Amino acid sequence: MPRVVVDVMLKPEILDPQGQAVANALPRLGVNDVASVRIGRRIEIDFTGEPDLDRAREIADKLLANPVIEDFTVRLVETDEPADARS
Amino acid sequence: MTARVGVVTFPGSLDDGDAARAVRIAGGQPVRLWHGDPQLHGVDAVVLPGGFSYGDYLRCGAIARFAPVMETIVDAAAGGLPVLGICNGFQILCEAHLLPGALTRNQHLHFRNRDQLLRIESTGTAWTNTFQPEQKVLIPVKNGEGCYVADTATLDELEAEGRVVARYVGGNPNGSQRDIAAITNPAGNVVGIMPHPEHAVEALTGPSLDGLGFFTSVLKHLVGAPA
Repeated sequence: MPRVVVDVMLKPEILDPQGQAVANALPRLGVNDVASVRIGRRIEIDFTGEPDLDRAREIADKLLANPVIEDFTVRLVETDEPADARS
Repeated sequence: MTARVGVVTFPGSLDDGDAARAVRIAGGQPVRLWHGDPQLHGVDAVVLPGGFSYGDYLRCGAIARFAPVMETIVDAAAGGLPVLGICNGFQILCEAHLLPGALTRNQHLHFRNRDQLLRIESTGTAWTNTFQPEQKVLIPVKNGEGCYVADTATLDELEAEGRVVARYVGGNPNGSQRDIAAITNPAGNVVGIMPHPEHAVEALTGPSLDGLGFFTSVLKHLVGAPA
């Protein structure tokens, strides 16, 4: 059964201090060629029946993302294992 | 008759006790409201207190917005019910779309806990009518996600309509745009504030008694308001 994946990212114009903190830590790993890091959230949704992208979009718009500060994308990914079997 | 001011407790609320105490010290009758109960039990105003409702899961205030009590409060606020959201309560009001904008992670990423000077910018709201214009008040700020953001058009609209209620002075503790500490809706009955007036109502525990003004304001507003 395909799974719905919602990716939520801060809008480009919203400062992402977490991403900045990570970017600032990279030189300590010896990484000096990263221009920017942005941190978002990935949400996996398994419907009881067929996945419903429209419904997932509604969930994302009303709850998973705050459209004032965040953008989201909704997509289907193939999965052949139940969500709760993954470590 | 003593005004009844409801204080909502969500799972994870921290400052509901102090908010109820502040209501009582100001001369009102605090009424404890429960997030799962849609009834407002005849209160004349509501305070959404600080804390970490629902563990701040997803985003601060995002889950609390869907609590049964919030649906009633959103409707009642449209009808003029005075609502004050403090800290997490401010976040909930933004998530519920009663106030514009959003509160995001402090720009410097540190939790800030200190006594903070504010300048009252609007004395026309239900919660600030006992202050003098431009009055400076000292009340505690304590937040990790208190950085107020909105798009430029929204910020300009807030400024033009006199809906910035208070600004940080002497240092912005969280990076809030235009030093905004508190805003109101167009009608002036809904106010969100990031610092904590309920922690500045007694000499023993607060840096001042300045916070009391928010609570005496709503009592004064209710006396003048039509029943």
